[in-house]
Amino acid sequence: MKRIESVNDFVIKFANVNGSGSASANTLFAKSIMRMGVPISPRNIFPSNIQGLPTWYEVRVSEQGWLGRRGGCDLMVAMNPQTWEPDVAEIEPGGYLFYDSTRPMPASRFRDDIHVIGMPLTEITNAAYSDPRQRQLFKNIIYVGALSALLEIDVPEIEKLIAEQYKGKEKLLEPNIKALHMGRDYALAHLPCPLGIRVRRGDRVGKKVFLEGNSAVALGCVYGGATFAAWYPITPSSSVAEAFAKHCRKFRVDPGTTKNRFAIVQAEDELASIGMVIGAAWNGARAFTCTSGPGISLMSEFIGLAYFAEIPAVIINVQRAGPSTGMPTRTQQADVLACAYASHGDTKHVLLFPEDPKECFEHAAVSFDLADRLQTPVFVLLDLDIGMNERLCEPLQWDDKRHYDRGKVRSYQDLEAGARFGRYLDVDGDGITYRTYPGTHPKRGAFFTRGTSRDRYARYTEDGKAYVDNMQRLLRKFETAKDLVPKPEHIDARKPSRFGVIFYGSTGPAMREALVELEAAAIDIDALRIRAFPFHEEVLEWANRHEHVFVVEQNRDAQLRTLLVAEGQLDPSKLTPVLHYDGTPITARFIQGEIAQRLGAFNVTPLKKTAASGGGGE
Amino acid sequence: MTYLAKPKLHHPDLPKNKLGFTRRDYEGTVSTLCAGCGHDSITGAIIQACFEMDIAPHRVAKLSGIGCSSKTPTYFLGQSHGFNTVHGRMPSVLTGANAANRDLIYLGVSGDGDSASIGLGQFAHVMRRGVNMTYIVENNGVYGLTKGQFSATADRGSKSKRGALNADESIDLVLMALQLGATYVARSFSGDKAQLVPLIKGALMHPGAAFLDVISPCVAFNNHDGSTKSYDYVREHNEAVNAMDVIPIRSEITTNYEPGTVQEIRQHDGSMIRLRKLEPSYDASNRLRAMNFVQERYALGEIATGLLYVASAPRDLHDSLNTVATPLNELNERELCPGNAALEKFNQGLR
Ligand SMILES: Cc1ncc(C[n+]2csc(CCOP(=O)(O)OP(=O)(O)O)c2C)c(N)n1
Ligand code: SF4
Ligand SMILES: [Mg+2]
Repeated sequence: MKRIESVNDFVIKFANVNGSGSASANTLFAKSIMRMGVPISPRNIFPSNIQGLPTWYEVRVSEQGWLGRRGGCDLMVAMNPQTWEPDVAEIEPGGYLFYDSTRPMPASRFRDDIHVIGMPLTEITNAAYSDPRQRQLFKNIIYVGALSALLEIDVPEIEKLIAEQYKGKEKLLEPNIKALHMGRDYALAHLPCPLGIRVRRGDRVGKKVFLEGNSAVALGCVYGGATFAAWYPITPSSSVAEAFAKHCRKFRVDPGTTKNRFAIVQAEDELASIGMVIGAAWNGARAFTCTSGPGISLMSEFIGLAYFAEIPAVIINVQRAGPSTGMPTRTQQADVLACAYASHGDTKHVLLFPEDPKECFEHAAVSFDLADRLQTPVFVLLDLDIGMNERLCEPLQWDDKRHYDRGKVRSYQDLEAGARFGRYLDVDGDGITYRTYPGTHPKRGAFFTRGTSRDRYARYTEDGKAYVDNMQRLLRKFETAKDLVPKPEHIDARKPSRFGVIFYGSTGPAMREALVELEAAAIDIDALRIRAFPFHEEVLEWANRHEHVFVVEQNRDAQLRTLLVAEGQLDPSKLTPVLHYDGTPITARFIQGEIAQRLGAFNVTPLKKTAASGGGGE
Repeated sequence: MTYLAKPKLHHPDLPKNKLGFTRRDYEGTVSTLCAGCGHDSITGAIIQACFEMDIAPHRVAKLSGIGCSSKTPTYFLGQSHGFNTVHGRMPSVLTGANAANRDLIYLGVSGDGDSASIGLGQFAHVMRRGVNMTYIVENNGVYGLTKGQFSATADRGSKSKRGALNADESIDLVLMALQLGATYVARSFSGDKAQLVPLIKGALMHPGAAFLDVISPCVAFNNHDGSTKSYDYVREHNEAVNAMDVIPIRSEITTNYEPGTVQEIRQHDGSMIRLRKLEPSYDASNRLRAMNFVQERYALGEIATGLLYVASAPRDLHDSLNTVATPLNELNERELCPGNAALEKFNQGLR
């Protein structure tokens, strides 16, 4: 029988029952490989509505540092009897199945093209522990111990991680280490160690850090100076608010008084969340809300008000698969259009597309500058794949010389010095006007904010000319935004190419891997990663320079492509959509396959057939 | 309609308050509401209360939803920042504004449609949170701005101008506010300035969620026979439980009252609310009793008005959030941004 052989390049998947304490054991496993200097990219898969509450944790181990999802599974750790059948079916031929063999299983429940490794986990744990809670928790550590032997993971790295986890709780340390060795010793004595797939110490991790996009975005809000957050729970964005609270407790409590330099309100719904954010931002505090697609729908009316009344509001949207409740725990980039044009009437909004946790941090921080500078809602669009999974990325950085850009605000002194004030008066010609915070000056600078039409001095009017004047200025402001938002990233092919590919957000890791594979297959294609809407001039120049452009997205309707056509006046016939939207994160294999195949239609014949990446089969 | 500036010809003899402002300084632009609309009288009462209390107009933030009532903030306190938000959602905007700057006075103005129909949810939650504000509903039982449809405060059995009967039970916002934790709850009538002005003053001074339901007849759509929100009906059925004086901090109490006829409630800041009892048994510090009383009177077809409930030591949103004394919008970068050294340490923990 074929046996998958691969060092530092494989996919292992844990099938668990939710709430069994497996999450921390699985993270321990993944981190131990990272500590050996080998890049990993784990992903949580947690369907929201299946009996038995199964969860999966998939770890891609990749010496080359590919962090996108690979697809397929080389080793299944099958700990959930309820999902046994699909779990066993998912293993690549020649792959491995690790299971709890305490209860004998009929041969019909296995496959004859995979390697089966049984370990009587329940029996071992029950013999060693009598407390049911302990049995459950230590069973997980015992299997991590067994895997360390099967995959040749350095035990001291795992021990160090356990020690860090139980720092200050030394009583718990010893029993964990004991359980780890119990599993390891059993495996060394009874199981075929090592397997064909294994880990060898490397040096590909370096200074990189490992964190979730949602935590990074929340920290970006702290660094960006947000003092107010309002939210309503919704997967996959709730952990943004929770992380913001955690970071604030660490960084934002006044040491003298132990009072908070922040306010977080869990609102009654998303209408209230965005309303509160608008109120706080109107009053001069940096404020944000975090939500997912259904929340954006509810916020729509208010978003139109913020656009028209020109209130800086930051909206973090961790996208999931819609429409409606869609697949609430699966990933997509399907709110691009909903956010770009959110609300009634003529509206357009600034969107940012972070690629990884580091950029989540940066985009979150910069979104407050942009919102204040442009006095308009700014959306940070991440998705479940980056938001709720820990991802390796470059360390977070902050330039201490950097200052917040609070935009055009008239102070007491300005008003006192006689600065001319008209709330909607475009004195600088960039479409951006001056505002004042409530309470600034006893006699000057007060104005009435409204969603109805008004003149340049904020006075109510239904005069059509004044309305058009204002709407035109809002367009000028949007033009100004193009130069302020993050520029696109260029990844050029070795040779000049007439083909290009556009991608954005969480597609990044898979796209980068696909580009290397395409290059290996002698397909030259330039790539451009869009980081913001409205599109920077460079985006359109680049697209116009290429004869044909693929637009890779994780939604059904090619939403970014629609924006490129509508707002960039690009010729739709030269933009080919490459779309992945089944709720799983896009893979390099998919992108590369789609592009290679379509390029075939352009008579671009690769020199050699594209090779599948990774240790597993197709 | 386009904005109409009020001529600012100040008569030299107009009386000035302690800040040197005249009553005219508390006005806004000319009202565009129907002549005789109850809402305009409430505007007048707000102006008078703020003038007499020597409130610096720019320290007030006035917010409203959408409706004829919600238009009124343009007609008072022209030196204040105002925000005409969206229909039914003023409470959330006010909550955020208050969170951002705890030092301003927040005045929310709404209608019965705005607060009891589309905005009932936000109304409930802003009361629950104890946001420090004065929240006035100008209650006419109809949607004035959209031409007279029943709102959720229209009484069951009351008749529309076209003769249609309202079959649905009405919502009493006073009862809701009491139940949901508002710490100052009053009802009044736009036609009774003597009662209304002190109630507004007390609300503005109250350091918690203050709610005023002011019955405010709509002369265009709800002032006919068969309406329970008409001038005539309210005058006939109004039962005031008390009359109120607001006594600022440290003022001497000079008048003497017969024992049992006065109830005095000291506020957080040392000021005093004095209630002259018109209904001898009424105790404005008893929330449960207040709820019962309002319902009993309603069953008799009467409208209980006056200061119905006040808590002397209210908690507000900032107490719950444990925020610093400095308004959040005044915190500077040094206080907000942890800096790169902290970030490097944070990175350390992520490897
Ligand atoms: C979302 C939304 N739906 C409907 C409207 C139309 N609308 C404007 S005012 C109003 C009713 C206002 O009634 P009320 O709050 O009682 O104010 P009044 O005019 O009676 O003072 C309605 C339904 C709107 N502005 N927004
Ligand atoms: S329609 Fe009614 S509520 Fe509106 S202004 Fe006229 S009288 Fe007042
Ligand atoms: Mg009304």
